[in-house]
Amino acid sequence: MSENLLTLTDANFDETLVGADTPVLVDFWAEWCGPCKTIAPILEQIAEERAGQITIGKLNVDDNLATQARFDVMSIPTLILFKGGEPLVRLVGAKGKGQLLEELDRHL
Amino acid sequence: MTDHRQVVIIGSGPAGLTAAIYTARANLAPLVIEGEPSSDSDQPGGQLMLTTEVENFPGFPDGIMGPELMLNCKMQAQRFGAEFLTAKATKVDVSSRPFTIETSVGQSVTADAVIVATGARSLMLGLEAEKRLLGYGVSTCATCDGFFHRGFDVAVVGGGDSALEEAMFLSKFATTVNVIHRRSELRASKIMADRAKANPKLNFIWNSVVTDLVGDPTLEAAQLKNVETGDESTLPVHGLFVAIGHIPNTNVFTGFLDHDEAGYLKTIGHSTFTNVEGVFACGDVQDHVYRQAITAAGSGCMAAIDCERWLESGN
Repeated sequence: MSENLLTLTDANFDETLVGADTPVLVDFWAEWCGPCKTIAPILEQIAEERAGQITIGKLNVDDNLATQARFDVMSIPTLILFKGGEPLVRLVGAKGKGQLLEELDRHL
Repeated sequence: MTDHRQVVIIGSGPAGLTAAIYTARANLAPLVIEGEPSSDSDQPGGQLMLTTEVENFPGFPDGIMGPELMLNCKMQAQRFGAEFLTAKATKVDVSSRPFTIETSVGQSVTADAVIVATGARSLMLGLEAEKRLLGYGVSTCATCDGFFHRGFDVAVVGGGDSALEEAMFLSKFATTVNVIHRRSELRASKIMADRAKANPKLNFIWNSVVTDLVGDPTLEAAQLKNVETGDESTLPVHGLFVAIGHIPNTNVFTGFLDHDEAGYLKTIGHSTFTNVEGVFACGDVQDHVYRQAITAAGSGCMAAIDCERWLESGN
């Protein structure tokens, strides 16, 4: 995994998000999810190209059931953009890079 | 920047990738506009990307996973020189030659011949609540989201092979999988129907349609109506998966390619020629009868051969 990506867990979730310098886009994903795999490289590109503007956090739902349940994530990939620890916008399902950036730019 | 190709293939399911293998081997250096990531079947690799094991594709006696099959086909096409662009075709202009194809990533390409293999996507119920609940219990991808319904009751709407395949997959997680079907018998193949009926976790609700979905923020129940008796009922469910049929992906072609009443592209006789010379159609976008991976692949091969001969003949 690229060093531009944060690994989020049930244990570090709140602390990491509240302490972040930029808005954090959290990717709720799992190993067995095909569409999650197709967007993973896109998210890495965004993390690199938009460094300082947005941070990408990865939360594996298999290992972090509490956070998944807390945000009612019932479909993956789900992407939630957090600002100051508060959820701002939620994107359900895999999307192309252009469409993702368009949605994110509206909120950054 | 505009790039020119002899052949552009739009779509990358079994039809598009087979057309890519054949045109690449004919030294036509095809460009495949493969689509963009999504969580429904309109994505690179097509409908098979959302399936698990494919048991009826010849050559795989032990079956093969749908995504693996499509990755293999892509690598096979690349081996012979096919190139891929991760984008959607947003506009196709056939009014003059070469044809021009604009894409969602800004890059446009011109082509002497175009092979349309955009396939079909799953129909949704069309209910207002369905959009709001997408990602909150309503799902387009059983293989992605079955996990979230461990120990809960779910519903699958539909009675064909796709519906039963999803129901069987979901039965690994859910307590009960309700299969809601508007008829009194299944449309699925005998082997799938027999397996489904033997699965103790599946509960069939016949002659019924979903009229509404309730729950906030997450799905709690489906409102059902029996189409025979008119009786209405409420079925508590934690998840809902829709597999009621498909609609061809023809948005960018409907202005100039002939299609039937259901929107499927028309081809001439037993060929893959469309009404526009130099534009060929293959796979599910022109087939509402067979709709199998192998028939799509077969027609992709036909399109490649039709296209190659048409180019050779100097049009």
